[in-house]
Parts: sequence; structure tokens; C-alpha cells
Amino acid sequence: MSTPTSTELPLPALRTGTESVPAAEGPQTAKEFTSDQEVRWCPGCGDYAVLKAVQSFLPDLGLRRENIVFVSGIGCSSRFPYYLDTYGMHSIHGRAPSIATGIATAREDLSVWVVTGDGDALSIGGNHLIHALRRNVNMTILLFNNRIYGLTKGQYSPTSEVGKVTKSTPVGSLDHPFNPVSLALGAEASFVARTIDSDRKHLTAVLAAAAAHRGTSFVEIYQNCPIFNDGAFDAIKDRDTKEHAIIPLEHGKPITFGVRDEETGLGDKALARAGGGVEVVETAAVPTEQLLVHDAHNPDPSTAFAISRLTDAGYLHRSPIGIFRQVERPTYDDLARAQVADAKAKAAQSGGTDADRLTKLLNAGDTWNVG
Amino acid sequence: MSQTKQVKQLDRVIIRFAGDSGDGMQLTGDRFTQESAVFGNDLVTLPNFPAEIRAPQGTLPGVSSFQVHFADHDILTAGDRPDVLVAMNPAALKANVGDLPKGAAIIVDTHDFTKRNLDKAGYDTNPLDLLGDANDPLGDFQVHPVDLTGMTVEAVKEYGLSRKDAARAKNMFALGLLSWMYGRPTEPTTAFLENKFKKAPAILGANLTAFKAGWNFGETTETFVVRYEIKPAKLPEGTYRNITGNLALSYGLIAAGVRSGLPVFLGSYPITPASDILHELSKHKAFGVTTLQAEDEIAGIGAAIGASFAGSLGVTTTSGPGIALKSEAIGLAVMTELPLLVIDVQRGGPSTGLPTKTEQADLMQAMYGRNGEAPVPIVAPQSPGDCFSAAVEAARIAITYRTPVMLLSDGYLANGSEPWQVPSIDDLPVIDPDFATALNHASPKAAEGEPDEFWPYLRDQETLARPWAIPGTPGLEHRIGGLEKGEGHGNISYDPANHDLMVRTRQAKIEAIAKSLPPLEVDDPSGEAKVLVIGWGSTYGPIGAACRRVRRAGYHVAQTHLRHLNPFPADLGDVLKRYDKVLVPEMNLGQLSRLLRAEFLVDAIGYNHVRGLPLKAAELAEAVGQLVGEAEGTEVDLGEHGLNPPSDHEEAPSR
Ligand code: SF4
Repeated sequence: MSTPTSTELPLPALRTGTESVPAAEGPQTAKEFTSDQEVRWCPGCGDYAVLKAVQSFLPDLGLRRENIVFVSGIGCSSRFPYYLDTYGMHSIHGRAPSIATGIATAREDLSVWVVTGDGDALSIGGNHLIHALRRNVNMTILLFNNRIYGLTKGQYSPTSEVGKVTKSTPVGSLDHPFNPVSLALGAEASFVARTIDSDRKHLTAVLAAAAAHRGTSFVEIYQNCPIFNDGAFDAIKDRDTKEHAIIPLEHGKPITFGVRDEETGLGDKALARAGGGVEVVETAAVPTEQLLVHDAHNPDPSTAFAISRLTDAGYLHRSPIGIFRQVERPTYDDLARAQVADAKAKAAQSGGTDADRLTKLLNAGDTWNVG
Repeated sequence: MSQTKQVKQLDRVIIRFAGDSGDGMQLTGDRFTQESAVFGNDLVTLPNFPAEIRAPQGTLPGVSSFQVHFADHDILTAGDRPDVLVAMNPAALKANVGDLPKGAAIIVDTHDFTKRNLDKAGYDTNPLDLLGDANDPLGDFQVHPVDLTGMTVEAVKEYGLSRKDAARAKNMFALGLLSWMYGRPTEPTTAFLENKFKKAPAILGANLTAFKAGWNFGETTETFVVRYEIKPAKLPEGTYRNITGNLALSYGLIAAGVRSGLPVFLGSYPITPASDILHELSKHKAFGVTTLQAEDEIAGIGAAIGASFAGSLGVTTTSGPGIALKSEAIGLAVMTELPLLVIDVQRGGPSTGLPTKTEQADLMQAMYGRNGEAPVPIVAPQSPGDCFSAAVEAARIAITYRTPVMLLSDGYLANGSEPWQVPSIDDLPVIDPDFATALNHASPKAAEGEPDEFWPYLRDQETLARPWAIPGTPGLEHRIGGLEKGEGHGNISYDPANHDLMVRTRQAKIEAIAKSLPPLEVDDPSGEAKVLVIGWGSTYGPIGAACRRVRRAGYHVAQTHLRHLNPFPADLGDVLKRYDKVLVPEMNLGQLSRLLRAEFLVDAIGYNHVRGLPLKAAELAEAVGQLVGEAEGTEVDLGEHGLNPPSDHEEAPSR
């Protein structure tokens, strides 16, 4: 009998991201998740807010602390694991997704998190990021995007706008930036979201959805670096401009923004389909039924991609925020474990221990006896 | 009509099958090897093939060959010079004839000796037309021109195959002929073909028929009047099988998993000549083996490190170029002190080098190819079958000492084969992962009622290994990483004194492994040798064969071989001191010799070849002999035991 291919194997039922991780016995506190290490980011760094949000979110996740693993690469944000009292590894530049892939594939009882930055994930580690997304390994990747290199003191990053004047580009950077959400969608990601360091409520909601998703959850977090790229996200943070700049994505609701109508709750601007993509329209100018309703579960990523393109490459005048895409797809690690379990179950039917089977394997084929 | 053939006894024969890379020479050689193994000869093989999957047909670069040396006694090498060459086309003849000793037999398929193919091989005139002439270029050899292809096509007519498909069975015709000539059992090949072509009855029929036709041709033709008999070898009692290095290494990894109780996790990126290990391990999921074909070399080791952190036996397999890419991650495993196996199946370098050829020039890379002081234990197998126990040993060190370990195989070991005495699983060492499960250190504030703590860098006094606490273990949550750790507590530390201590401690941990190693075995039969030959890795065979030659010629020489390159065995320094001269044969420009010089201030003399092929025993014997002469102040003449005919191939051990 030939070996079944993975598609012939009984697919593991699609489950939540944390279903196979043992639950905590009782309520937990943020303090329990806080390590005794002194936090060493610059004053005012956006990383503090994200750390606080994660430390207070983890108790709500309700998992045993010892079954949570944070893995990071290199960069300011990659110090993150040291500040959480879980298992953790601060690894090498760009490689965290590959290390996390090994951890998540080896152990289904672990909740695996990757903390990375725009340089770490999109420059030196770009290959690992796209392959993690395509494999859909059950883990959550938090990409802290400050659009600059912080730890190496201020060179432009792969998300910096063209023309960025930095120490390494005194007359302006030349390379066109990545749009991390577009990239993730193009890399077959099954969960793609964007949130903001300073919006604790939204950030926490996205973390919860990301953790609940079984597969690789990709979360871009806009993170301000007050030292080397201050104000990169002012438009979406400033009280006067943010309602015009943030395009909130909520599954099942029309996508509108701008000045809210008290009665309908709709913003004065909206998204509508245009050709193969989407465009910004005056809400009043189109019939309500023609407004684009956000469908994060659409198997076809084209619309999500079109929405992702509304983000400016340069100064962020406007950006969609929320969950772009959330679809179910078998995870690599579940399938890999299923193949192993299947082979083990078949072997178990023939009886004997692993050592007996190894003896049989070593003595298989053409053997002969001497003496 | 069957003729009465003469039967001649031989103690050993070296046959080389050579043809176009599409001619199936590897398969032919492999089948002949299996037949010889089942017959009970000792044997060593040397496959040699181009890096191109299908190099241009009929050209010299497209020639693929397989050499098998089999004997009625224990042998150590695939042989320097073939006694018999089977050449399937002009290019195969041209590429290999230079390696033959005077008097060798050449069986040549005349079918492809066309103008076009002669041109491609660079022959101005057909050498077969000149046989027996005064200017016969093959005059030194016994040449048997046979139309192997023509006879094959004729024999398999009944299967209605295209001419091309019919001709393809010519390798089986050749195999049948050689099997007859050396009295090989045919059942293994028949069974093999029946299994391989069970879904293609016509192809199966053609191959079986060609195989039998080759045999019958030998029996009836007047071209061949002698059959040879090579009695089974008297090997130590036990069950044997023929095995290649890559297969033995794969089985060794599975055995390491079974003996440690750890699931094996292989993260790997395909690369010649290591890919077979990935292929093999991917078949053995029933042992709890997980294989991940990663997006690149770095991800392969990254995933393996992650799996080790999570409590698996992490393994990554590659060749030299892959090690270059993995260096930073190996450093991470050094810093995080996690068990990890890094397997380098060495090939010709630098850069892409000679992907399908062997070399052992990655020793310095394994030793020093990382930033910072990053010591890594190095283990090297000495023969194809030895790859099994070398893998188990590498795992023992990795798990016991919480360290990445380099296992240096090479292309010759990987693809070469030998009879292997199947070990008993119970005889393999038990490897205890000894996971940490409890807090191990009193809190500095214990007096104030603070509970005990877990210190991930609190070391075992004997091994200096740190505790391995895997995720899921309550209370032992901790963070590791590439930044320098404070000794004991393991938190980030930039303290100068601590860094100095940690650098020295990591080094001391690797050096402490020497205490667990057995004393070096030195082969010095007379006890009077003044010269010691020391090697590592796949040169074991040629060095052993060279020493046998020197001894047969009546001189004294000692031999020892290193399985552990880092740390060296504790008694190596004493062993070296016992000899006046030390010769270090290597397939590089002198890497072990440099390490020996640096470590022991010994005048280690190099013997170095980097031809992409194993060292030649006769040449090496001459070099050893010369040194023996210098050491003993005598003239040394190895006579027929060196490069001089007639006995220009491997010697039996002195009896
Ligand atoms: S350099 Fe920027 S990103 Fe880095 S810690 Fe300082 S503020 Fe934060």
C-alpha cells in the first residue's frame, strides 16, 4: 500500500489557536507575567505600551504560563521576551519565525508568539516570514513597525518612505518600501491584522483574535520610535486628524471613516468597489448598499489586498486598521504531527517497542550471517 | 553449447563500471555490490558521478562510474587501480583507462564506437581498430570488445520495446556477464528487478532477459575462457548487510532518538551530498521523527534549535556551503547551550566547488567558523558503516553536555558502502536527557520568605552542562538568547568579569568531554615503530591499507585514527610523544596537522591531496615508507608493496 499523502490523511478538525494548550488552573494576574528584569527601552518608546497590553492580555488568555513561549529576533522590540515571565528565546536577527516553527511543530501544547520588527522581519528575515505565513504554522507574529532601525541608531528600514534622510542616506533613501499587510496577504497568510501601539483596546482585541486563530496570525503594530522616527504615525494618532486617517475594518460592517453621522454611525467617507479594486468615496454620494462591506472571511484575498493598498507609503495620511483577513486553512504543524501520529499508529498495530522496530529496520534488506 | 571454463582463485578483485550518466552505471555497480555482499565477500565501493543530472551524452564530463573492491579477507579501500574496467562508450574508456594498471582487463561495449561518439570523447581514431597493432594504445591491457548493446537489443526483441528502451537494458546484460565471470549469486538482482519494475511487465521482462543473456553469453562465448572465484571473507561473527554512509548515519540518528527517548526533529535544506539523509529520515515518522524541508539552510537549523528548546533532539544536515550559512545559528546554540546535531557531509570546496566529489577541508570551518569564542565538539566517522555509531556518539555528547555537535562525514563515506555488522540496540549507550523539573537555587531573599528560584545556567559540576528545562515545565519559566548570560542566573550580563568567566566556562565544558572518551587505540603490531600515521574521517581506509603495505615490506609503522577532533582524546599528547615522526594524511592542505601542531607542539608532517577522490593507498605507502626510512636512518624500498608492479593494489593484512 502506498503512503497516503497529507491530503488523504484525515484532516485535523480546525480548532482555535490555543485549544491544544493546557488552561490555567485559576485566574492569573499581569504581575505573574512580568519578569524581574528591568525594561530598557527609551523613554516614550511605543514598545512600553505594547508590553503593558500584552502583560495584561495574557492572564485573559487563560493558558498555563509555562506553556507560553515568546521568541524574538534582534532589534529594540526583540528584547520583549526578557520582560515576560514565560518561556522565551531572544534569538538571532531575522530568524525568530524559523525557530518558532520548530517549537510549534515539535509541541502542540505550546502557545507560540514571535516578536519582531520591520528590519528583523522584512529585511534580514524576510524569507522566514513569508514561508511561515505560507506554511500557516500555529503561532502569532507581532511585527512592531516603527519604520526605522532603532537599535543600530537610525538607518532607514524596509518600511521607510522613499527619500528618507537618515545616517546611511544623507540625501534620501532610494528604495521603495514594503507594505507589510500587502506582503503578508501575498504570502498566503490566513490571518492578517494591523493595530496601533497607543490604542490599548484595539490592540488587545486584535491580540485576542490572533491568539484564537489556528495558523500563523500576522499582526502589524504601528509603533512610534520617539528617538529616531518620531511622529511617523502622527496622522493616525493626532486627535484632529485620526478619524480621517484611520479606516476601521470590522467584519460584516460597511467600511466608512471620517466624520461620523450620529444616527447611522457611518463616517462621511467610505470604501466602494472600483474596477478590480476599491476606492474612497463620499458616503452620501453612493447608495448604502453599494458601500463595501468588510468580509475578513472571504477565501479570495483580492479585496483585502485592495484595501491594504490604501495605506500611504510615505507620511501616513491614511491607513486601514483592523483584521484584514481571517480564513481557516490547515496548519503545517497539525499536518506534520498528523503524519507522524498516523505512522506511529500503523506501527503500533504490528506491536513491539521502538527498539524492536529499529532492530527490524537495521536487519531489513539483503543480510547475511557469518559464523 | 556450454564450454568447459577454467576457474581461477583470486583473493581480491577491483571492478569499475563506467558509462554515460544515463547508462545506469550506479545501479549496475550497486547490484554487483549487493550480490557480492550476499555472497559474503568483504567489500568497499566508490561511486563517482558528475554534478550534472544529465551531462551532455557521450562526453567526458558525462561519464559516471562505480568501483567495487571485493575480497576473501578484510579490506579497507575501494582500491587504487581497477583490475577490470567495463566501459560502455568511448568517453568511458578514455576517462578511465589512465587509472588501469598494466595487464588490467577491459570489457568494452563496441556499439557506441561511432565516429560521432569517438569525436565527442576526443579520439581521432578508433582505438579498437588498432588492437594488436604495433601502435595499439591499449596494448598494455587485455581488451574484450563485445557488442553489449547489440546483443541486448537482440535478446529482448520479444518484448516489443522501442530500440532505445531495449538498448537501455544493456547495463543488465553487462551485470549478467560480470556476475557469471565472478560467480555472483543472481537471486538478489532478480528479486530487485521484480520489485522495481513490477508495474511495467515489458521493462521487467527485458531487464531480466538481458541479465540472463549476459550470464549465458559468458558461459558460451570463447571470448572469456576463465571464471574467477573469490571466497567469502572471514569476518567476525554476526549479521551483516551492505550499507552506505548516509543510510547508516540516518539509522544512527533514529537510534539516538530511541536510546534517548527524544523525538528526532530534522530541519534541513536539500544539498548534495547530504540530501539522502533528509530523504531517509522522512520515511521513518513511525519512530517519532519529524522532518522539515526548510526554506533555506538557516531556517533548517533555526527550526532544529527551536525543536531542541522544546525538548526534541534537533538535527540539521548539510554540506560545507550550508555550514557557512548556519554559522550564526550554531553560535546561538553555543550561547544558549542547547543540544543540537549539525551534520556536515563534506564535499570539494570552496564555494560550490565539487558538489559530488569528496574532501575533508571543513575541519577548520567546524572548529572555528563562527564569531567569538564558540567551541563546538567535533565527531568524525571513519567508514560508511561507522556513520551509525558516530551519529549515536554525537547525540550522546550533544545531549549530555547541552551543546551543538558537528558530525563531519564526507562525500566518499556518504555514497560509498561496505558490509556492516548490524549492531544490537541493547549494546548502544543509553542517553539520558535528564530534563530539569525542579527549582535549583535558593532566592537571595530566602530569609524574607522568597521561594526558591530556577537558574538556567547553574551547571553540573562534573560535565559543566546547564539544566535543560523545556517549556511546559511549571515554575521553570526562563529566557535564553544570544546575548551574554550571567553565570548561574542566566540573565543578560554585560559585566566584563562575567564575560571572561563565561567564555572560559564554555570552553572548559567542551574540554571536559575528553574525560568521557576512551583511550586512543594505537595499532603498532611490533611495538617498534618510530613513525605514527594519524588521520581522521574517511582516510581511515587508505591509511590502514598503506600501513599494511609498509608492514608487508618488512618495516614498522604505527597507526591511530581520531574519531574526536574536538576535544582531542586525553591521551593523544602522550601517544604523539611516543613516536619520532608523525605523518598526517588528509584530503585538504593540512588542517588536522595544524591543530596537532598548535595543541601539542609536535612536528606533524602533512600528506595532502585534494583531488576529490579518496587517497591512494600505494602512493601513501611510499610516503610512509620514506618517513620510516628517515626515522630509522635506513633506505626503505617497498618493492611490490609500494607503487611497483605487479602487486599494485591493496594488500591483505599481514598474517
Ligand atoms: S530606539 Fe526607538 S524603538 Fe528603540 S527603544 Fe528607543 S524609542 Fe524604542
